[in-house]
Amino acid sequence: MIIGILSMQGAIEEHEAAFRKLDLTTLRVKKPVDLQSVDGLVFPGGESTTMIRLMALSGLFEPLAELIGRKKMPVYGTCAGMILLSKGVTNYSEQRCLGLIDIWVERNAFGRQIDSFEAPIMIDDLGKEAFPAVFIRAPLIRHIGPEVRLMATYRQEAIMARQDNVLVSAFHPELTGDLRIHMYFSQMVSGWRHSQS
Amino acid sequence: MESKSTWTVKTGFADMFKNGVIMDVTDAQQAKIAQDAGAVAVMALDMVPADIRKAGGVARMASIKVIKEIMDVVSIPVMAKCRIGHIAEARILESVGIDFIDESEVLTPADDRFHVNKHEFKVPFVCGCRNLGEALRRIAEGAAMIRTKGEAGTGNVVEAVKHARQVWEEVRKLKNMPEEELVTVSKETGAPLDLIRTVKELGRLPVVNFAAGGVATPADAALMMILGMDGVFVGSGIFKSENPAKMASAIVQAVLHWNDFDMLAKISEDLPPAMKGIEISELEVHLQERGW
Repeated sequence: MIIGILSMQGAIEEHEAAFRKLDLTTLRVKKPVDLQSVDGLVFPGGESTTMIRLMALSGLFEPLAELIGRKKMPVYGTCAGMILLSKGVTNYSEQRCLGLIDIWVERNAFGRQIDSFEAPIMIDDLGKEAFPAVFIRAPLIRHIGPEVRLMATYRQEAIMARQDNVLVSAFHPELTGDLRIHMYFSQMVSGWRHSQS
Repeated sequence: MESKSTWTVKTGFADMFKNGVIMDVTDAQQAKIAQDAGAVAVMALDMVPADIRKAGGVARMASIKVIKEIMDVVSIPVMAKCRIGHIAEARILESVGIDFIDESEVLTPADDRFHVNKHEFKVPFVCGCRNLGEALRRIAEGAAMIRTKGEAGTGNVVEAVKHARQVWEEVRKLKNMPEEELVTVSKETGAPLDLIRTVKELGRLPVVNFAAGGVATPADAALMMILGMDGVFVGSGIFKSENPAKMASAIVQAVLHWNDFDMLAKISEDLPPAMKGIEISELEVHLQERGW
């Protein structure tokens, strides 16, 4: 089982390190051909405007729509990765997104860097112990389609969701030592892999 | 409960810049060009370093009006420079809501002995270095990100290469060094012992480390990535080239494809002329010597 990390830009090494601690192999995905060897894909945090531009130049839109949209390969987007997977950005309507999960997001919803923060949050799927969430110029989920399951909120705002094979969070689990979300996602990946064979 | 401006929040923000390009801009229009080309952040300045060199005189923090215009026009993070040790400039930039402050040798130092105590600020800081000791002294003062100093405004990458190689050489030496030698390293480099131990353990700096100071072409940017840097600052190299939008886009792509030389060849094929550049021995002022 190999987990791909979309490697246009951003905190790639941090996700690699988290999966390494779970004894899982990762592969950096920069070109369509790299997608042939992965069973799941992480869209890391970084700058969404930078990533979307580089994805277009690398010809990744079509193969990603095929793999994630039609073949239902699991994908997990953190922060900027969540923005890329969404249908669009409410406060930057011109920004192109992949539309692979039925949510709309607001970018920099908490403000600028001086408003960035960490806080413990509750995620029912992961048990009773709070998750240390790091929010960096973080987005929020603003509109949620009927097929999307809300997984966590912070101050009544939606910060984590899943629609079938697409998992998204507004915060960065890769910046903490808590591996539960990476573990949860790896189970999605191994489930899909078995369904394919 | 909710905690802001923690070390995780500051260094984690710098992590998001990794594998990206941060570009110097002097107005809102340039900032838009940088964002459209794929910059991960912009650095607001009155003049790019090449023009600061030419102009002479005292170089200070950029105009607040221009900084605000830039913040209004782009959605990516906006950084700005303060003078070394200029606590008030740094506080003003923080008050404006700037996302990152570069306490920079490119501006004229305000203090000839001390840097800003960056731990006291809500906003994160980046600082320049030429060697491991300088990097760790800045981190000890609270810098959440480090960059090579290089020699800004020259379009000559040789000093950035020298500083990148110097830091890595010292990190590699530390990795194999027995415990009893560490105190002497701390004494000789002026770096705190606990940070020296951290570097020995991690095998790298404990914060994000970018290249800066002389990067002028996609090949220069790729070279700095080959040398193990986390990303690249480009100052004069973009807006002193003949086609800034094209040069900016090419440098962004080169940082992505730094180890794919066929791609780099393609990226470099149809480029406008780069900035002219200056030989280091012809310089009157070496900006890299500023910083204590």
